[in-house]
Amino acid sequence: MATSTKTLSQPILLLWILVGWAGFLLLPWYLVDGGLFSDQWLVDGYPFDKNYAPAVFLITQGEKLWLAPLLIPLVMPLFALKREKSDPLYAKILILTGAIGFSWLIIQGFSIGIRGWNYDWLSSLFGKLDGRQFGMGYGGLFLASSFLFLLTQGIAARGAINGDVFVVGAIGFVIAIVGAFVFLPIVNMLMSAFITEDGSYSFLVFAGKFFDDRLWGLSCLIGPGRCGVAWNSLFLAVCVGFLTTVLGLIFALVVTRSGFKYRRAVRALTILPIITPPFVIGLALILMFGLSGSITQFFSELFGLQPTRWLYGLPGVMIAQVLAYTPIAFLVLIGVVEGVSPSMEEAAQTLRASRWQVFKTVSLPLMRPGLANAFLLGFIESMADFGNPLILGGNFDVLSTEIFFAIVGAQYDQGRAAVLAIVLLGFTLTAFFAQRKWLGKKSYTTVSGKGDSGVHPLMPSGLAIPVLVIAAIWSTFTLTIYGMIIYGSMVKLWGVDNTLTFKHYVTAFSVRVTEKGWQWTGSAWDSFWTTIQIATIAAPLTAAVGLITAYLLTRQSFRGKNAFEFGTMLSFAIPGTVIGVSYILAFNVPPIELTGTGAILVISFIFRNMPVGVRAGIASMSQLDKSLDESSLTLGANSWQTFRKIILPLLKPAILAALVYSFVRAMTAISAVIFLVSAKYDMATSYIIGRVENNDYGLAIAYSTTLIFVMLLAVGILQLLVGRTKIGRRESAAREKS
Amino acid sequence: MIDINSKAATVSFRNVTKMYGSDVTAIDNINLDIEAGKLVTLLGPSGCGKTTTLRMVAGLEMATQGQIFIGDVDVTNLPATDRDVSMVFQSYALFPHMTVLENVSYGLGFSGFNKSETRERAHAGLDLVGLKGYSERLPSALSGGQQQRVAVARALVLEPQVLLFDEPLSNLDAKLRRQVREEIREIQQNLGLTVVYVTHDQEEALAVSDEIVVMRNASIAQMGTPRQLYDTPADTFVADFIGEANLLPCEVTAVSGDVAHVLLGDFQTTLPSRGVSQGAAIIAIRPSRLVIGAASGFKAVVNKATYVGSRMEYTLVSGFSTMFAVQDDVDNPLSIGQEVIVGFSKTGPVLLPVT
Repeated sequence: MATSTKTLSQPILLLWILVGWAGFLLLPWYLVDGGLFSDQWLVDGYPFDKNYAPAVFLITQGEKLWLAPLLIPLVMPLFALKREKSDPLYAKILILTGAIGFSWLIIQGFSIGIRGWNYDWLSSLFGKLDGRQFGMGYGGLFLASSFLFLLTQGIAARGAINGDVFVVGAIGFVIAIVGAFVFLPIVNMLMSAFITEDGSYSFLVFAGKFFDDRLWGLSCLIGPGRCGVAWNSLFLAVCVGFLTTVLGLIFALVVTRSGFKYRRAVRALTILPIITPPFVIGLALILMFGLSGSITQFFSELFGLQPTRWLYGLPGVMIAQVLAYTPIAFLVLIGVVEGVSPSMEEAAQTLRASRWQVFKTVSLPLMRPGLANAFLLGFIESMADFGNPLILGGNFDVLSTEIFFAIVGAQYDQGRAAVLAIVLLGFTLTAFFAQRKWLGKKSYTTVSGKGDSGVHPLMPSGLAIPVLVIAAIWSTFTLTIYGMIIYGSMVKLWGVDNTLTFKHYVTAFSVRVTEKGWQWTGSAWDSFWTTIQIATIAAPLTAAVGLITAYLLTRQSFRGKNAFEFGTMLSFAIPGTVIGVSYILAFNVPPIELTGTGAILVISFIFRNMPVGVRAGIASMSQLDKSLDESSLTLGANSWQTFRKIILPLLKPAILAALVYSFVRAMTAISAVIFLVSAKYDMATSYIIGRVENNDYGLAIAYSTTLIFVMLLAVGILQLLVGRTKIGRRESAAREKS
Repeated sequence: MIDINSKAATVSFRNVTKMYGSDVTAIDNINLDIEAGKLVTLLGPSGCGKTTTLRMVAGLEMATQGQIFIGDVDVTNLPATDRDVSMVFQSYALFPHMTVLENVSYGLGFSGFNKSETRERAHAGLDLVGLKGYSERLPSALSGGQQQRVAVARALVLEPQVLLFDEPLSNLDAKLRRQVREEIREIQQNLGLTVVYVTHDQEEALAVSDEIVVMRNASIAQMGTPRQLYDTPADTFVADFIGEANLLPCEVTAVSGDVAHVLLGDFQTTLPSRGVSQGAAIIAIRPSRLVIGAASGFKAVVNKATYVGSRMEYTLVSGFSTMFAVQDDVDNPLSIGQEVIVGFSKTGPVLLPVT
């Protein structure tokens, strides 16, 4: 078996060397207008035209000579090809290659921009530069990945992680992409918290903005004044985190541990709010409880009360957020509640614990990681939410909307936005660390390698009754909201002309069949297809990156793991508005030029939603006993095969959660998207917001309704595709008997 | 029909040390040689490093210092995947989403066998452990003993150079334990496998092993055949850990050559000196090797007498110690308070240094 590694590792080395050369010799070095797949560049002067030329043709024509040193690290790995993996030179060559190549790419990328040298001190040092360059294209991308993976292979050969090429490569990959797409833009953005008006850096600027009364004021406690936005956000997020966790747990219990007949229906019902663009719930709440809302009207006529604006402010935002994020808590908790080994509970029952005692002393404590995760998600989601506070906030300002207005509003104060972002980050990170501390080092492994046969006990009846009642009330409320949305989409003009009509749907989604085929004449089709396309690309990528990261975090130990985890979770703690602005600032200029492309949308979705995949993956993976991996390894599988054949199949619920979540979020996200869309790549949500701004509520709600149904369909298809993993619990059979 | 064979190889540890972090020493500079085709047991109290040693053979832990050889190959830096070793886990670690057959076939798929060979081998392996006809079941539909056999079959079909068992019987009931341990031993001997076996149960170790390695505090206390360990323990720890032993304090009055003159209370006798020098020492003796009513010996009083069916068990008190003895004569039991003369059987007592 020792021989099989040798024959395996060399092809991988060869592959990445070839990728590097392909990037250097064949692919256009710089970004191609219209994208690589437009194939116009192929007939338009490739390979000699400066815009489309691969690096080697640029250099031979005497252009962009700073690319020439890249030849050194391109040639170097060839000397490693014939060497044994255990040869110390093999590792040295590859590490050196990767390090030189990768750092040269970065150095030249950041120092030379559209106008020559990017920094004044560089031009004073080297004199004026005639050349200039644009964003890197596929050539650069190929070469960069080649250098990266040569580096990781070298590190692996030196003995890191038992010489595991896959694991070291995966770590390197995640670090590289998180560095490029989370840290780079955020650091860029945060630096601007210290920038003075004349462009230099000063701490006083930061301090002045940080200790602002608008941020930390407490006057609302003692009088009629307003409290600081920081306190507002914190209070709201704690409430939302708590409420969503409790409600999520309630629904998880109803689905897994009650004799309730329509458990499946409950399961489906709780999916509804996540497939809904967040501001739609806000709109529906206004339709119901707003000044001229139907319920408000009904009660004011009944009791002769004056309608109030109670909805606008904390209550409205909280209701909308709890509606929106309970299902996320549910998705996290359902896996955990199902993952509690029935034999633990059965053991407790045989130890003379009553059902209630079993629940309190065994089931609930075993769910603690899940509860903490759910709370954390709710807390952070609420902190970062932008749509609902925007629509329902009224005078109740929170951090995320303040950031938005600091940038797009009349004040245009980048520094203030950055300071607000730092505060927001402080809150979410504190929550993150508190959660880790609370969980401590307890092991919650309950699915062991030993086949587990048992049945979850039903809830104690003292708990079952309130749980079912709350679930019923909440479900009714949710159903009403959705009824409102559908009804609203078919009303001519809400509150004014209540005739039913399909007019909004026709405007948005009309199709004409001509001799030339189908013609998508509706006004919404463009943004619709773009959204579907972007979401379809983003979802599997997000799930893959998230689960691989979760695998590295739970199953491998390496130096700097805590920093690694911190880095991967960071993007989650950053509200979309900040991501949006920072992406615009960071990726509008070389070396990574992405604004106006579809890629920037996909990338922003991957890094916005990846932490959910990571969290879901970690929660389920920590319930899989490590001896499963180890036995697979001793049976001759390598770590990639183990990941694919053992971990992934046992993680199907987590994969489904990650896929559904990232797809749906990509379709419903608004806060980051609103900065990143372009004429060519307009997303559904930004189109809808545009309609709302034009007071075209009918079309906006009709479009939203359509989106909801499309996502419902997508969730169904995904559920079919992923399937359920049989691990042979006697659940269903036993349930029917009891 | 394909037969499962063995490619048994030796295992050697050369000055192997394993540290966790910078201050926890799990294994402290051990040397160990395991012959091919032998079943060697690592025995010791929990925390002594026996499982760490096993996992280092498997490649699941890497040695901090020293070298590990399997056969002639230095595997010190090879990960588990690349070592020709398979392991049966304490929890069995059957993949819950795969059938029995898929579990057993799992490793074969990575070892270059084609589909039909894999199938045949897997079935041969299941036959070997007596699980014919269970191939389509999921692990959760098997009893503990059956799951255990699947785990064994899964490891066996790869014909590993070394087969590892990590406390394989600890999840089984007592009756099954004896049966499974005999089956493991039988398969090991029939196929001539090299097996490294971890347990904390000394009876299990004595029953299955060709050789036993007794471990204590991250190092090896003694290594030898079951008989050697039982009859001639190297120190009081081994004497006490393997089987029951009476540890009697005594005085070595003189040593001449291999013979030591020993004073036990007022009873004088000679024993093989085994390197013990003059002064205080310990005599270790098994309960069955104490002769009650011997012609020469020391005086003791019967303190407790217990009838256990096949024999009598006595607790005896003498001037220098309390000891435990057994006698096969159940028809004429001694009475409590009776004074007796206690001697040693010829091969029984072992002189040990005071620790």
